[in-house]
Amino acid sequence: MTTVQINGQARSVSASEDTPLLWVLRDELGMTGTKFGCGMALCGACTVHVDGAAVRSCVTPAAAVAGRAVNTIEQMQHDRVGRVVQQAWVELNVAQCGYCQAGQIMTAVALLKRTPKPSERQIDDAMNGNICRCGTYPRIRAAIQLSARRLAGEKA
Amino acid sequence: MIAVATPIGRRGFLQLAAGGLTLAVGLDSRGQAEGPRKFGADAMPGGTVDDPLVFVAIAADGTVTIVAHRAEMGTGVRTSLPMIVADEMEARWDRVRIVQAGAEEARYGNQNVDGSRSVRHFLVPMRHVGAAARQMLEAAAAARWAVPVAEVQAVQHEVLHKPSGRRLGYGELAAQAMKQPVPQGEDLRLKTPAQWRYIGKGRIGAFDLPEIGRGQASFGIDARLPGMVYAVVARPPVVGGKLRRLDSTAALKLPGVLKVVEIPAYAGAPAFQPLGGVAVVANNTWAAMQGRTALVIEWDDGANAGYDSVAYRRTLEAAVKAPAAAVRDDGDAVQVLARAPDERRFAAEYYVPHLAHAPMETPVATARVTESGCEIWTSVQNPPAAQAGAAAALGLKPEQVTVHVLLLGGGFGRKSKPDYVTEAALVAKAMPGTPVKLVWTRDDDIRHGYFHTVSLDRLEAALRPDGLPEAWLHRTAAPTIASLFSLGAKVSAPFETGMSALNMPFAVPNVRVERAEAEAHARIGWFRSVANIPHVFATQCFIDELAQRAKQDPLRYALDLIGPPRKIDPGTLADAFNYGESPERYPIDTGRMRAVLEAAARGAGWGRKLPKGRGLGLAFAYSFVSYAATVVEVEVGAEGKLKVLAVDMAIDCGPQINPERIRAQMEGGAIMGLSLALASEITFERGRVVQSNFHDYEVLRMSQAPRVIRTHLIGGDPTLPPGGVGEPPVPPVAPALANAIFAATGERIRSLPIRRH
Repeated sequence: MTTVQINGQARSVSASEDTPLLWVLRDELGMTGTKFGCGMALCGACTVHVDGAAVRSCVTPAAAVAGRAVNTIEQMQHDRVGRVVQQAWVELNVAQCGYCQAGQIMTAVALLKRTPKPSERQIDDAMNGNICRCGTYPRIRAAIQLSARRLAGEKA
Repeated sequence: MIAVATPIGRRGFLQLAAGGLTLAVGLDSRGQAEGPRKFGADAMPGGTVDDPLVFVAIAADGTVTIVAHRAEMGTGVRTSLPMIVADEMEARWDRVRIVQAGAEEARYGNQNVDGSRSVRHFLVPMRHVGAAARQMLEAAAAARWAVPVAEVQAVQHEVLHKPSGRRLGYGELAAQAMKQPVPQGEDLRLKTPAQWRYIGKGRIGAFDLPEIGRGQASFGIDARLPGMVYAVVARPPVVGGKLRRLDSTAALKLPGVLKVVEIPAYAGAPAFQPLGGVAVVANNTWAAMQGRTALVIEWDDGANAGYDSVAYRRTLEAAVKAPAAAVRDDGDAVQVLARAPDERRFAAEYYVPHLAHAPMETPVATARVTESGCEIWTSVQNPPAAQAGAAAALGLKPEQVTVHVLLLGGGFGRKSKPDYVTEAALVAKAMPGTPVKLVWTRDDDIRHGYFHTVSLDRLEAALRPDGLPEAWLHRTAAPTIASLFSLGAKVSAPFETGMSALNMPFAVPNVRVERAEAEAHARIGWFRSVANIPHVFATQCFIDELAQRAKQDPLRYALDLIGPPRKIDPGTLADAFNYGESPERYPIDTGRMRAVLEAAARGAGWGRKLPKGRGLGLAFAYSFVSYAATVVEVEVGAEGKLKVLAVDMAIDCGPQINPERIRAQMEGGAIMGLSLALASEITFERGRVVQSNFHDYEVLRMSQAPRVIRTHLIGGDPTLPPGGVGEPPVPPVAPALANAIFAATGERIRSLPIRRH
């Protein structure tokens, strides 16, 4: 039995210690906002925050996050940056199928918390691990830039 | 959460089946072998239904519930079709709720989300639904007030009595409206396009966006049921292979593993049947994966064990060098080519490899089998096909199988083949009463898919002194999708040659199109834009090469080749397919073709002087009865480093119902087109797919995506019949990129993906 701090709550987890956090979230805890895409940290659909950093939950054993603060997409509407990013995503109609977007948003929020005014290059570097097969990259980029302007207090 | 629409006629809503009014204008006429050929939606299973009692319910509080009867895979149909209804019925969008229909084609009309047909086939029926509902509300209000119906008007969720200024809300009128006769035929009063509030405006965001952003939208993989267990499947590594020996002892000893279930290999043609194999059922997905790894299996590889992509390419290259049977032969292309002097004769060959769809949500289905039948929760493009497949495998009648449709995490053609739903049903049958969620891993998706074909297209032309072709010969060789349903099918089917091989509307007097034989050794399936991918790549690169030979500007040359504006019956091009549409309603209009090409060129600043190492390339295509053109701008650095700087995408799809989503499809089409042009390739060795995940099956990522994608919506005539939107943006992208690289470097790309060059 492992105890994991998820979205501010201590959750005890019965899955084996090697079980990736992704499957603990989805199968055991019923938190399906975090998505399965590749199982090898190649696509970013499963991105969560561990102590504020973007982490691929599909290759992160549950035991490795014991005692650390895990935040998922379900928490982002209660997060200052998360709310701004979600709003920008809706306004710019970013999503097509929408499946990868939870992971995209989690990576974008982690980027903006670390780098409030990211350059084009910094956006590329941060987002390159998140695949969108529908091809929404131009709008993802625009939504990150809109969020950055708003978080900086600029009118946008 | 996605709301599921069975049954809709619950308390508080209008009684949908009231009075047995099931009017079904345009219902399919399958079984009518005699009589004139059917086109469009009339030729599709289920046809169309435009009964407001089927699609619309109004609650006493005024909430308007509209059924989305087609699955959402990212194109926006779950928003766009209900939006058409809401517009015609004068419903306020913020009072509209959308519920998703399950598989029930007889009730709703065709549900196969495929072939860029949703708006094309349901614009008119959905307008009828909305207009009829509006008129029924108006009639109810007129009756309530005892005034002539001509004195009342529905305006944004209220009916207004103009002379007195009285008003009644839709909720207050709901019950009475339902008792009104359903207007049909000449009694239906459609809005004029000028009266549309939502259609064509592009102001309504996709319905599911807020939930998607919060992680609360329900995709197929998100289905959760009490007592649910999880399964993954070990499949034969070679298509047509069978299980020879299985030892599941070690797997069954692992914690969490519950059961091992054999899935029989398919018989006959693959169609949508499971490949067969061994399922491991466990109490979570991870344990099922570990169990699968622990299986000890020997496979009998079967007849496709020798499939090797390097050798197969040589086979295709040989096939297109020998004459083959013609499917179009205007004039005498063979003789003209034979007589042409060498300096005016030119040939080139183009290769496109297999591709995997790789939707971000892998195939997944949840099934529960009980004594009374089977219930399924899944993400499929064609729910009735999933229903039929599961029913056949379980020995049930289709009506004993309920299919709940959740959001698709991408489809691109993969999820119109519901083999994975049948797998889930078969595993669930082995665990009666227990819901089983069967998940494909990414490896499964890349290795065991229905692949886009592999192709060699040979083009040959004889040029006149003015540089334009006097003769055009196109010989195509590619395993056919028909092999999926008919073992041994070896030549392209009419619907494949009808995608930009046969139906080239050019001003060329001698045209011959031939199909060479090509055996299939994998499951060949349709992938977004299908045979247009190889045919448009080959023909549009070839046209650019001809322009170079003729020493002419590629834009000028392309416009001359298209010729003056005219409407061409595709039948005169030997194409009886025309995407299933009537040649009278949907002729090929070369004026529209010219206009999209000119728009893309204008958008890109065609003809401007470019710095060294930069180039512009263009391509155009008629596909899914729409017109599309692309111009790509590239920069090639000193070490050959390629950067796509900008893409201009133009489309004329007739009426533009949801322009915002059309632009989204064009942006996405540009990215998917660049993916397949630059990076993606599936290869086989010893009958096995070599690639397994996104490290070796590459798709475009953020840093490779062009910073600039400009979209140009051309035409938009609301009186024209609508064209497709989802697929047409893809085909011109790869050839436009290859032509841009030539313009920048002088190097010709005749083989994809470009990263191999």
